[in-house]
Amino acid sequence: MDIPIEWYLVLSAFLFVIGAAGVLTRRNMFIVLFSIELMMNAVNVNLIGFSRFHDNVIGQHFVLFTMTVAAAEAAVGLAIVTSLFRNRQTTMVDQFDLLKG
Amino acid sequence: MEHEFASYMNWIVPLIPALPLTAFLVTILFGKWFIKEQAHWLPILAMAAAFVLSLLVWWEVRQADEGFYVELFTWIPVGDLQVPLAFYADRLSTAMIMMVTGVATLIFIYSKGYMHGDPGYYRFFSYLSLFAFSMLVLVLGANYVMLFFGWEAVGLCSYYLIGFYYHKTSAAAAGKKAFITNRVGDFGFSLGIFLLFVTFGTLTYTEVFEAVEVEGAGTATMTAIALLLFAGAMGKSAQFPLHVWLPDAMEGPTPVSALIHAATMVTAGVYMVARSSVIFASSETAMLVVAGIGAFTAIFAASIGIAQTDIKRVMAYSTVSQLGYMFMALGVGAWIPAIFHLITHAFFKALLFLGSGSVIHALSGEQDMRRMGGLRSRIPYTYWTLLAGAIALSGIFPFAGFWSKDEILGIAFKDGAYIIWAIGLVAAFITAFYTFRLIFMTFWNESRMEPEVEKHVHESPWSMTVPLMVLGGLSLVGGFLGFPPEAGVFHHFLEPVFEPANEILGIHHEPFGGIDLTLMIVSVAVAVSGVVLAYFFYVRQRDLPEKAGSAAQPLYKAIYNKWYIDEIYDATVVRLVIDGSRFLWRSFDAAVIDGIVNGVGKLWEVSGAAVRPAQTGKVQNYAGVMFAGVFVLLSAVIIAYGL
Repeated sequence: MDIPIEWYLVLSAFLFVIGAAGVLTRRNMFIVLFSIELMMNAVNVNLIGFSRFHDNVIGQHFVLFTMTVAAAEAAVGLAIVTSLFRNRQTTMVDQFDLLKG
Repeated sequence: MEHEFASYMNWIVPLIPALPLTAFLVTILFGKWFIKEQAHWLPILAMAAAFVLSLLVWWEVRQADEGFYVELFTWIPVGDLQVPLAFYADRLSTAMIMMVTGVATLIFIYSKGYMHGDPGYYRFFSYLSLFAFSMLVLVLGANYVMLFFGWEAVGLCSYYLIGFYYHKTSAAAAGKKAFITNRVGDFGFSLGIFLLFVTFGTLTYTEVFEAVEVEGAGTATMTAIALLLFAGAMGKSAQFPLHVWLPDAMEGPTPVSALIHAATMVTAGVYMVARSSVIFASSETAMLVVAGIGAFTAIFAASIGIAQTDIKRVMAYSTVSQLGYMFMALGVGAWIPAIFHLITHAFFKALLFLGSGSVIHALSGEQDMRRMGGLRSRIPYTYWTLLAGAIALSGIFPFAGFWSKDEILGIAFKDGAYIIWAIGLVAAFITAFYTFRLIFMTFWNESRMEPEVEKHVHESPWSMTVPLMVLGGLSLVGGFLGFPPEAGVFHHFLEPVFEPANEILGIHHEPFGGIDLTLMIVSVAVAVSGVVLAYFFYVRQRDLPEKAGSAAQPLYKAIYNKWYIDEIYDATVVRLVIDGSRFLWRSFDAAVIDGIVNGVGKLWEVSGAAVRPAQTGKVQNYAGVMFAGVFVLLSAVIIAYGL
């Protein structure tokens, strides 16, 4: 029995909102980065679901690409956070407000 | 009668102004570093060559009634207004260019001696050349635009040369005064030219005058044109009430006073009115105004001349007064005597100025006549030539001034303008008086010089005395150009130029008669009595001037202070402009304009401060706003299209 498309979408929506809430509310940069990963995976779930629904494998190709890019992005992101920490001895995002008007 | 002009006229006429222009360009570009002390050669040679060419032009022009017209190219083509760069050499402009180039050549030679060793030597000669070019364009131009160009250019040169010693505050101020006073007149002059174009659709002399004669225009229009043009002449030729700049212009070097502020530039107004004789003749009112202003200026300026102590200022007021004579003549339709007086005046007034310059040179820069005296035998060449000029200016037979001045008075009398004749006669008396007052104070009696100055008294070099002698000779014999009166060589030469104007006025020539002889005797008697009175005042009984001065204290003070004209202008016009400007500066510029400009700046400053808190610098705030935006957009799409 196939899992209906709505289940995928609901799961994806939950994951996305959890990720978004994390990005907006958590002060630790690592948590923010993880939340971004979570939002991206919500998108991946969506893609897989539609791929099944349409019987089209292209969606799964996209997911593989997204995961590769996400890995690269995570590497760059963690490097930036490390560098920031070395400069300011903190990883709290609200400490970085040089552009305050 | 159509006359066939020789073909070389096509290039010699434009060459006459081109020569001094070339001299100017070369001298101003290379003078400072290369030509230096030799800067006089090129301008003198250029002027002399221009004089020779002028004689050639005269040789051609005297054979024809019409003038010679040569067009080089279209200078200003704007719609209906087509202004060609063209020259027009008729008998009037030929008479003018001969006078201008001749007198200028002599004064250039004189300047070689006078300006010797001046740090601005090359600058002086380049400006003089530029002036000569401008003046020649002024008199040779074939339309009012070229006249106007020359008119403004001579004004510019006058400004440069009055302020030649620019490090002196008074010289710089005098230059500005001359320039600004002339602007007043030129404002009217340019309006006159505009009105001329609007009325007749052309600015070329021959076409304008033909249109005036054939079609004409309303009397009101003609009066307006004539009076507006005359406003320009009043400024340039220093007629009351715009005469104030000329006496101050004496701050310039003496050759400049002689060339620009006595012989040539200031006569431009007379030339312009004579050139526009047809226009002026078409309006009785304008003629009356010209005659009235001229007569008033003649006596007004002469009266000031009595009490001045600066040798050059006496001459300056004399020039204003003599220009008044010329306008008086123009106003009664005596065109040819006016031009005749212009030419003879150029001879003797250039002589008088150069002679004064020679005196000043001999006295190491002293200009106050109260500290001169006894120079008769010390600088004899200067004395005798200056005496010739003085006799000519006083109008004593047979010197040049006698013939021209007497003719003006004679025509005024025969014309029935007795008031003008009487004013002219009184002015002639005053002229003779102040001229010989100058001679007696400077050359006669005992020396009143400072001992230091007295030691260095010396006759001027040949480059200064030779021009004096040539001009002295011209002052002696120049009048015979106009002999017999009203029918001389000069009159016959200029007659065709003024025929149209005379036709409009209905003037015809009466032969020389007994009445003329009587008038001549009267005017000579008046002049001689002026001289005799000066002799009594300044040689015989030298306590008389003081007695007379204290007897008529208020009158003496008034003329000594030039009738307070400068003070009146200061109190009214100048004060008004300065106070008005200051009021506008403070109340309008500083308050309103600056208020608006600063207000605009302030607006952005304030509104920026109001929205600045939105920029927290915290990434999460920005992200929150972004998410909210996306949420709103998505909601809108969903609501609009349904789920």
